[in-house]
Amino acid sequence: MTLLALVGIVITPLVILGLATLLTWVERRLLGVWQNRCGPNRVGPGGVLQAAADGIKILFKEDWTPPFADKGVFVLAPAIGMMTVLLSFAVIPLTFSSSIAAGLNVGLLFVLAMMGLGVYAVVLAGWASNSKFALLGGMRAAAQMISYEVFMGLALMGVVMMTGSFSLRDIVMAQSGLWFVLPQCVGFVVFLLAGIAETHRLPFDLPEGENELGAGFHTEYSGMKFGMFFIAEYAGIVLVSALITTLYLGGWQGPILPAPIWFTLKTTVLIGFFILLRAALPRPRYDQLMALGWKILLPLSLLNIVVTGAVLLLHTAG
Amino acid sequence: MLGNVRTLILTFLHAFQSRVTVQYPEERPYLPPRYRGRIILSRDPDGEERCVACNLCAVACPVDCISLQKTEEQGRWYPEYFRINFSRCIFCGFCEEACPTYAIQLTPDFEMSEYNRQNLVYEKEDLLISGTGKYPDYSFYHVAGVGIPGKERGTSEHERPPVDLHTLLP
Ligand code: SF4
Ligand code: SF4
Repeated sequence: MTLLALVGIVITPLVILGLATLLTWVERRLLGVWQNRCGPNRVGPGGVLQAAADGIKILFKEDWTPPFADKGVFVLAPAIGMMTVLLSFAVIPLTFSSSIAAGLNVGLLFVLAMMGLGVYAVVLAGWASNSKFALLGGMRAAAQMISYEVFMGLALMGVVMMTGSFSLRDIVMAQSGLWFVLPQCVGFVVFLLAGIAETHRLPFDLPEGENELGAGFHTEYSGMKFGMFFIAEYAGIVLVSALITTLYLGGWQGPILPAPIWFTLKTTVLIGFFILLRAALPRPRYDQLMALGWKILLPLSLLNIVVTGAVLLLHTAG
Repeated sequence: MLGNVRTLILTFLHAFQSRVTVQYPEERPYLPPRYRGRIILSRDPDGEERCVACNLCAVACPVDCISLQKTEEQGRWYPEYFRINFSRCIFCGFCEEACPTYAIQLTPDFEMSEYNRQNLVYEKEDLLISGTGKYPDYSFYHVAGVGIPGKERGTSEHERPPVDLHTLLP
């Protein structure tokens, strides 16, 4: 392990946490922009320090563990949520050389595994809270995330087949001619939807569903434990945006501008799109969500695999 | 699906519209003259207190936040003290409607924040203004049939002299 990688290991989580915190402000500003309001614009220039102010506030809030909760698991759940998201960033290649483990030959599987583990955070949180709403939220989260993980994995297979590798760096290199978003447009859409469901963001935020479940799986959480769920959610947005950039939008590749700028630019646009989704779309009913997943997205992703496979076979044969 | 895409585009286009937010402390919203804000006690055109301590406002107040005590000076009634607890007032304006003398009036001013709740209790000195408020010409004692120093009974506007009861005797 080189010194550079060690520095990366220290810096990456700090940067991600800072970004996620900043994102809470960015989201509120953007929602304001799309709702003809201004959003928080008072603290610091343009309101950027709002995120810091909120962070300080939540640090000073009482961190209360309900007496009826299962203490150990209750404390563990937000930590899992945070950890899995942060670990996933290890394999995201910012540029060809700058990342902790972009060359990992099972990089994509690693990300999927971490996302799979991320389900435990919400399920355990819902379970350990020992209250109805939290449990319902946790159950919804489990069903939603597990089922969407299926299509997420299947949608990615198209990319993997075209690259012939699970390494995210190879995947980006394979897109030097044409970004995968064109040949893999079906996979792209499925992955995008699954990514939204995976981070349980609006419009697929049924595990939280404020108006029906209180706050869903984190109903009983307060103080910094709630803050961790919150920050993990925003880090999740960054993660999914970075993943989509890497897998479908050519990663760091682009003309003129240097590589990190391209990567940041694409990721930022995607994050903006995530927030636009929140501003524009209402939450579907739970059965609609499941029907969309199993009846539309699953066949679509399977079809995508079959077609991609057939085209690839024809190419190699011809 | 297409509907969703349309919604996304339309929502995005909102970014280019003008903001509806009024950036309050720098930019002030227009408050109409009949806005119901801070309450004042007005004076009549002669510069005397209008309030006659009739207690009607206190009775009308749904949250019982007006407290006053009547006192009398040569036939004229005054409130000895007049207190409004603005931490309870809901600015409904019922007091203004109940008042027979136009003494109590609501004004277009809402900037009365305090760090100390006790400071929201306004005394008569705080409430009384030197002008007539919304009704510049009205003076209760000029139309009411009570006698006060400088105005005998029967000399009010539109008032006939009092009937001498003795002329009615058989
Ligand atoms: S505005 Fe309403 S609540 Fe306030 S003092 Fe008058 S009657 Fe009472
Ligand atoms: S303010 Fe008006 S209603 Fe209230 S006591 Fe005085 S005269 Fe009567």
